[in-house]
Amino acid sequence: MVLLTRKIEFSASHRYHNPNLSAEENRRIFGKCNNPHGHGHNYTLEVTVAGEPDPVTGMVLDLKELKDILEREVMKRMDHRHLNYEVPELAGQIPTCENIARVIWQLLEPRITQGKLHRIRLYESPDLFADCYRNGASGAGN
Amino acid sequence: MTRDALRVELGRRYRFAASHRLHSPHLSEKENYRVFGKCNNPYGHGHNYVLEVSISGKIHPATGMIANLADLDAFVERHVLEEFDHRSLNEDVAALRGKVPTTENLCIEIFHRLKHFPYAKLERVRIQETGNNSFEYAGNTEETTCE
Repeated sequence: MVLLTRKIEFSASHRYHNPNLSAEENRRIFGKCNNPHGHGHNYTLEVTVAGEPDPVTGMVLDLKELKDILEREVMKRMDHRHLNYEVPELAGQIPTCENIARVIWQLLEPRITQGKLHRIRLYESPDLFADCYRNGASGAGN
Repeated sequence: MTRDALRVELGRRYRFAASHRLHSPHLSEKENYRVFGKCNNPYGHGHNYVLEVSISGKIHPATGMIANLADLDAFVERHVLEEFDHRSLNEDVAALRGKVPTTENLCIEIFHRLKHFPYAKLERVRIQETGNNSFEYAGNTEETTCE
């Protein structure tokens, strides 16, 4: 099995806020991530697909197809958007790194038909990321 | 066919600067140099270590988080960074005395310190010693991998 990883970047704003909690509780739990007008990140998404190289093409999958999937499912939805207001798949959830990673997995997994989606890693910043994968798969990509 | 459950892990990176010297008192001077090369230089040398901590757990519906980052940061600061940052791993870290402070041993030591984090499960510790060397430990002595 070979793992192939494709990386994309998108810029988005968000705010960590739970409307069911008081202003003080929101501030205590989320700190400056709760600042009222939100803030932004350059997110980096690494998508790792597992598969066997095709004997004819030598490829695990057609990278052009993967790029198109990522453009459609992630970039169009999230790039240069406000994640609290403009992404229906995140409605009712706090757009934390963990929740965004999970939503991106749910968007990509059924659409990747060559090879198998192995792991996604979403960096909110260089020092904070969330990994999403199926139990039984290693958390490591490349 | 049932599918394996979806897992989400949170990863956080921390940085600390420390010196070390790779030297075993059980080996002769020549053997130490042969085994460790310039990592055996007598006055030690240093690295900007990058520590990656991965935790898992349920995403809490009220916060959207596996664990509060502030809690994790404070725990790592108290149990690792305070004792390791800007220190000599050979001289200043009691738990590493009697061991060669390789990054493998550092991974294991840091894992044992962090596995008691009360709000999530520690999955693995990965330490980048340089841009070319990194090590990972997931709590099983037979599973330490290095890249």
